[in-house]
Amino acid sequence: MSALLDHLPEFWQGLVVTLQMTAASFVGAAAVGLVIVAMRVGPVPVLRAVATVYVETLQNLPLLVLLVLAVFGLPEIGLKAGLTTTAIVVIALYEGAYIAEALRSGVNAISAGQGEAARALGLTFGQSLRHVVLPQALRTVVQPIGNIFIALTMNTSLAAAVGVVELTAAANRVNLLEAQPIPIFVGAGLAYAAVAACAGFVTGRLERRLAVAR
Amino acid sequence: MSNLLFDEPGPRARRRIRLATVAGVLVLLALLALAVRQFAANGQLAAERWQPYATWPMWRYLLGGLWSTALAAVVSATLAMAAGLALALGRLSRRRAVRLPSAAYVEAVRTIPALLLVYLVLFALPRYGLDLPLFWKLVVPLAVSNAAAFAEIFRAGIMSVERGQGEAALALGLTQGQSMRLVVLPQAARRVLPSIVSQSVGLLKDTSLGFVVSYAELLYSGKVLANYNGLLIQTYIVVALVYLVVNASLSALARSLDRSVAGRGGPRRRIIRVPR
Repeated sequence: MSALLDHLPEFWQGLVVTLQMTAASFVGAAAVGLVIVAMRVGPVPVLRAVATVYVETLQNLPLLVLLVLAVFGLPEIGLKAGLTTTAIVVIALYEGAYIAEALRSGVNAISAGQGEAARALGLTFGQSLRHVVLPQALRTVVQPIGNIFIALTMNTSLAAAVGVVELTAAANRVNLLEAQPIPIFVGAGLAYAAVAACAGFVTGRLERRLAVAR
Repeated sequence: MSNLLFDEPGPRARRRIRLATVAGVLVLLALLALAVRQFAANGQLAAERWQPYATWPMWRYLLGGLWSTALAAVVSATLAMAAGLALALGRLSRRRAVRLPSAAYVEAVRTIPALLLVYLVLFALPRYGLDLPLFWKLVVPLAVSNAAAFAEIFRAGIMSVERGQGEAALALGLTQGQSMRLVVLPQAARRVLPSIVSQSVGLLKDTSLGFVVSYAELLYSGKVLANYNGLLIQTYIVVALVYLVVNASLSALARSLDRSVAGRGGPRRRIIRVPR
């Protein structure tokens, strides 16, 4: 136990990095997901194809492969960025594909009459998406997006494998110093579980508040 | 595909679609040109930097890695599915003493990153005298973390079978175990098949953690190869393409299974994959 308490600053630092990465890449992923889903449900065949290929490609590649490719490969073609920044961008692009799929299933769950009514009122594609379809789609996918958020938090740990010192890497370092794996790794595990529990609580509240009586 | 958001385009809409098409293609071409320029400016397009990947020895090495990936994926999928089925049945059990631990396992493991489990097996177990061979250092954490995911899939499948099926089996005089084994599980199995395949794609992606364990699966083989021939970006692109081909084929299989299950009067579900 003392191993955990003696190294609280390192753990705290790691947790802060994990939370920063989670927040930044979730915001990025949400933006990517929105753009991709707009392309995918839109009327332009080329954009639909691009969005489909994007989603299929990113969902079928391991995140670690993408991280390794970005961290070790991209400097070879002259694209250099900070380690954490690279990891955040890669995670955002990767999770964006999943968010796009979740949003698309929400859009598909909306009855066709909603879209028809929006068009009958003279709304353009963008307007009907923004004012009619997405607000309803978002309500139905609060829970899936919450699950994606939790998985994203877990996935930021993969950045440890390419050298970012976040919570998992911090735990590993402290363990190398103290050689008391059980309290150290259990402590890190509890921190992740706490983040996931918070996310679960928030999505539960959100879902109840946003639920529409049908 | 739904036409939820647009009607059959008229002349003006067709013009707009043409414009958007041209703009989209231009942006794509610009991105492609930028990528080619970056590659060329750094000498990464030179033929001798790609030539090795047209030769058999390189591919033999990488395919050896792919074989190890498949082996690790199959073994951990088998273990995870067996444990997952036990956990699912445990969670549906009438006995609290079985139900609570199963539920606790599933809920706890779902919120622990797989990499943390890998580190635990790599660095914690040897201290307690349990130094597994490399292969098991990758397979055990993957099985432990995927068992929870499989458990949830099986549980959803079992609960999707109509109550009447189990009740009818009991009314015919079958025991609880028999009704589960002979009536409920066979129906559940068919429904969960697509989710099982798509979860297995996730597990196959997880085997890339062999990179951390230094078990020579595909990604680690790529790393070794890149260190040896110095062709970093080329090697990792080839490795990524191999993963892409394998996983896209499996995903296509999951989709066609999904259609055939749905076609046979199975439930229409929305599968939303969770990133792994």
